[in-house]
Amino acid sequence: MRIKSSLGGRTFDVFNYVILGLISFVSLVPILHVVVGAFSSSQAIIHNRVFLWPVDVTLDNIKLVVQTSTFWKAAWMTIKVVVIATTVNMVLTVFGAYPLSKSWLRGRKFFMLFLIFTMVFQAPMIPIYLVVKSLGLLNSLWALVIPSAVSAFNVILCLTFFRSLPEELLDAAKVDGMGEFRIVAKIVVPLSLPIIVTLLLFYAVGHWNSYMGPLMYLNDRNLQTLQLYIYSLISQGNSNDIVAAAAGEASITLVPAAIEMATIVLATAPIVLLYPFVQNYFIKGATLGSVKE
Amino acid sequence: MSERKMSYVGLPRKLPNSGRSIGKERHAREPLAKFIRKHWPLYVMVVPMLAYFLVFKYIPLLGSVIAFKDYNIFDGFIASKWVGFQWFETLATERKFLLIFRNTLIISLYQIVFAFPAPIILALLLNEVRKTAFKRTVQTLVYLPHFLSWALVYGMAYMMFSTQTGLVTQLLSHFDMPPIHLLQAPEYFRTLVVGAGIWKEMGWSAIIFLAALTGISPSLYEAAQLDGASRWRQLLHVTLPGLLPAIVILLLLKVGNVLDVGFEQIYVFLNPLTYSVGEVLDTYSFRLGIINGEFSITTAIGLFKSIIGFVLLVSVNKLSNKITGEGLY
Repeated sequence: MRIKSSLGGRTFDVFNYVILGLISFVSLVPILHVVVGAFSSSQAIIHNRVFLWPVDVTLDNIKLVVQTSTFWKAAWMTIKVVVIATTVNMVLTVFGAYPLSKSWLRGRKFFMLFLIFTMVFQAPMIPIYLVVKSLGLLNSLWALVIPSAVSAFNVILCLTFFRSLPEELLDAAKVDGMGEFRIVAKIVVPLSLPIIVTLLLFYAVGHWNSYMGPLMYLNDRNLQTLQLYIYSLISQGNSNDIVAAAAGEASITLVPAAIEMATIVLATAPIVLLYPFVQNYFIKGATLGSVKE
Repeated sequence: MSERKMSYVGLPRKLPNSGRSIGKERHAREPLAKFIRKHWPLYVMVVPMLAYFLVFKYIPLLGSVIAFKDYNIFDGFIASKWVGFQWFETLATERKFLLIFRNTLIISLYQIVFAFPAPIILALLLNEVRKTAFKRTVQTLVYLPHFLSWALVYGMAYMMFSTQTGLVTQLLSHFDMPPIHLLQAPEYFRTLVVGAGIWKEMGWSAIIFLAALTGISPSLYEAAQLDGASRWRQLLHVTLPGLLPAIVILLLLKVGNVLDVGFEQIYVFLNPLTYSVGEVLDTYSFRLGIINGEFSITTAIGLFKSIIGFVLLVSVNKLSNKITGEGLY
């Protein structure tokens, strides 16, 4: 009986490792395929010789994308949005969460209800759009910053963390004559780095990847973000123009797919390169949300 | 400078109070105006956040009244003419809307049946792995797609399935099989979208279940082993009951958002060839409202969506409280 069950257990273990290996493989293949494609020659791509390793390794694809001014325009716009929007997010989140973390603050209950209500009842897309429009934010960078200036959920994560800070310390700082703003900047933030970094990363990745916001609020092609740029590159065949323009001046002939893969790689690189170092912050953040208050 | 002065002024009055310098009971007696004057920096701090919620959450919620009006830009939210339930009646009789409603429900059902259990199964499989290095590697790899935007996921899907250079197309031709027009074919659209969703989010969503698994007390497993329970029995009688609260809560949230199938997820894959099966409430709202400027009827769709979601959430929560003893509130 014992031997039999452990045999079954071992069969299961083997099966389990195989399944998990397969799942990991499937998670990686589409990404890997694009990465090797970005570094393969157009000839290899068009003759279907590129699978999961690069063929005729070349930097031509990457070079051409790097020389495309519209790519840089979109990348610069995205970087500006990420930096400005994340800064606004963090300032509003930290300063919004700090007073709410004080249980003795009068009006706290009302503020909390005010916050939670917005999480339960969400306004439809159009009235939000009309508000953004009437504020004159359409077709400006601020349309991607102000309408998503703070997330109620993140404020709650943040204030839960602040509550765990020793209140004696904050009181002592007050006795020493520090004002609340300086207490937040000099004591609360340095002591709360784990949650601050986690929220910062959540916000930043959200802005980097956002597609719906730019799609709704920006019509001007000069303002498009990387995500809009990539989507139109692939779905509307804009890469043909880049290839045609390049064919005029250079001797190399590239296929659209090569340009598209190179663009995808460049747009993903910041996140994928950063990911191994910050993975733990993300994982902590994901489980923080599951704590029932 | 002045904030510093404030705290000095407040100081002597605080000290006689024993223990905590700031206690709830003491402030309760103070008039509100005085309290606010004393702690004004705290109130100044919350103002930007509250202003944001007021302008971008509450005003749009109130602005939803345009679902009952004939909105036009010049008259605005308030002065536009009332039309009652006219837009809702139009929707209820329009065949196109019913088709879109049906698409939304079908895709959502696919998500509940296929995408919802996937991370649970993944977490259970990972939980049985004893080699930490292997477990960590798998986790790192399956979490990665979560960080790619939907535009990039579309790009990668295109590179996998495009009929000229797609990887899958190549493999099919390798085995002399005809190419599948996966990205254009209506019959594959829902599978594609839900499959892409599983690919992107399965790993990441497993985190919550993995966290719940670590919360199960080891003594329960020890007791089960003493009673001679096999690994399978332990899974059924210890692990699954331990996961039940997390499963119920997430399922309730999903059911409450049954008409929310993910705008970006659908939109990037949608094209005129697949409108008939893939157009959902959100993508239709976007095209009708923002592209065509039909603000009122689109708001009616949005309001309809919120109300259905709210009613479902409340009733499913009630049902769940009765059956499993678990609920959101």
